[in-house]
Amino acid sequence: MSSIGTGYDLSCTTFSPDGRVFQVEYATKAVDNSGTAIGLRVRDGVVLGVEKLILSKMLVEGSNRRVLTVDENIGVAFAGLSADARMLVKRCRTEASGYRDFYGSPIPTHVLSDRISGYVQAHTLYAHLRPFGCALLIAGYDAKGPQLFAVEPSGLSWGFYGCAIGKGKQACKTEIEKLRLSAMTCREAIVEVARIIQLAHDDSKEKTYELDLSWVCDESNHMHQAVPAALKAEAIAKAKQAVEEAMGE
Amino acid sequence: MQGTDLLLQRPVCAQPGDRRTRTTDPIVTGTTVLGLKFNGGVMLAADTLGSYGSLARFMFMERIKKIGNHTVIGGSGEMSDFQHITKTLEGLVREDYCIDDGFVLTPKEMFSYLNRVLYNRRSRFDPLWNDIVVIGWDHTKQSSFLGLLDKVGTAYEDNYVATGYGNYMSLPLLRAGWRPDLTKEEARALLEKAMVVLFFRDARTINRIQIGTVTASGVEVTAPFELDTTGQWNSGENAIRDDEFNNS
Repeated sequence: MSSIGTGYDLSCTTFSPDGRVFQVEYATKAVDNSGTAIGLRVRDGVVLGVEKLILSKMLVEGSNRRVLTVDENIGVAFAGLSADARMLVKRCRTEASGYRDFYGSPIPTHVLSDRISGYVQAHTLYAHLRPFGCALLIAGYDAKGPQLFAVEPSGLSWGFYGCAIGKGKQACKTEIEKLRLSAMTCREAIVEVARIIQLAHDDSKEKTYELDLSWVCDESNHMHQAVPAALKAEAIAKAKQAVEEAMGE
Repeated sequence: MQGTDLLLQRPVCAQPGDRRTRTTDPIVTGTTVLGLKFNGGVMLAADTLGSYGSLARFMFMERIKKIGNHTVIGGSGEMSDFQHITKTLEGLVREDYCIDDGFVLTPKEMFSYLNRVLYNRRSRFDPLWNDIVVIGWDHTKQSSFLGLLDKVGTAYEDNYVATGYGNYMSLPLLRAGWRPDLTKEEARALLEKAMVVLFFRDARTINRIQIGTVTASGVEVTAPFELDTTGQWNSGENAIRDDEFNNS
C-alpha cells in the first residue's frame, strides 16, 4: 500500500494529485515501525499493554515507559516516536488539568480524545511544523464507564472496544476480534493482552521485549495505575503457557 | 526600569496612585486553626465557619483539607485564597500521581513550596490573605511534621501551633498540656478543650469543628461534628488557673 510521493511529499501543505498528504502518511509509518501497543475495553475497565522492545541489555528495567498517566482516571499508551508521544502526553495532562480547574470535575475521556485529536491535526496544517510521529491509545474511566480511544498522526480518533497500533497491529487485531470483550473482566483481559502481544512478537526477528501493562477498572478504584506486580507476573506466565500450548497443537 | 515587567511594560507592584487594590481586605474569613504533635503523628483542628465580617455566614466551610496521602492543611483568613491554595496543591499531587516515579511531595516540601508562594505574593503587594497550618507524615524520614505559614511569608515548625486568636487563647493550653509522649486520644482531648475555650471567647467561631490526623498509616479528616459546650463557660479560666501558672 506504500507509494512514492515524489515531489508531493516534502511538506504538509502539499496535496498529491490523488488527494493524499504524504507527510501525514509517513508519520503513520513511524508508528507502524514501533513496538505494538494494545488496548482492550472490557466490562469493568480498560487494559493497556505495550511491547517495549529492549534495545540494549544495559537498560534498566522499567525505564522508557510506554504507558503514562494523564489524570487520575486516564492513561495513555503510545506507539511511534517516543519523544513526540511524551510531548503529546504532556499536552494531555495540561488539557486534563485545565478542564478540572475550569469545570471542577475530571475530564471525560471522549473530551480529552477530541482535544488531543484537534491538537494533532493542527500539526498537519503547516510547512514549518511536522506532524506527530506517534499514535495514542487513551484509556479512561468516567461517568460513562470505561472508554478507549485511538488517536493517529492525521488527527483522526475513534472509540474502540479493542485496538492495536504499531508493528504487530494486524496480527493483534485478528486475535482481538476473536475475543468476547463485553463479557470479560480486567483480570481476564490482562492475560489476553499479554498473550496477544506474545503471539505478535517475533522472537527470531526482534530482540526481547518488556511488557508495560496498566489498567483503569473497578478493582483499581477507577484510577489509572500499573497492574500490580504479582498480577502482572501471573498474567505473563499464563500468557506464555497459553501461547506454548497453542503452538504445540 | 526597576519594578517593571520587561515584557508587558507595566509595574509589578503597587505604585502610588494605583487605584487597583488587591487582597488587603478579606471578605469571607475563617478563624483559628490549631495544630498539635503527638507520639506517632500530628493533629489539627479548626471550626467550620466562614464569617462574612460579623455575620456567621457559611456554617459548613471546610477549612481543613487532605492533600495527597500524607499531608493535611488548615487555613484561616480569606477563604477564597485558601481554596485557591488547596486547588494548586491538589494539582501538584496529581502531577506526582501522573509522573509516577516513586517520588511524592513530602509535607515539608509542600510547606516550603507554599512558603515561597506566600512570600512572593506579599512581596508583590498582592498577598494571599491566609495563615496556614501544614501537618503531615514524612514517609522518607518516618517522622511527623507540623508547621505554620503566615500571610507575610513567615514559616516555622513547632510541636504546637495556632493561628489568629488561638495564639492567645489556646497556645498556652497546648503548651501546658503537651508532652513528647502524648497519645493520640490525649491530643484530641487537648485540642477539643482548646476549641471549646475558643468557642466561648472568640466572637467569630461556632462549635462545629473538624479534626485532621496524620500518622504513619495515613490521613484521616473527621466529618464536621459539634462540640459539647454545655456548662463550660469557665473552661478557659479553670484551665489556666493552676499552681504552676500562679507561682510564676
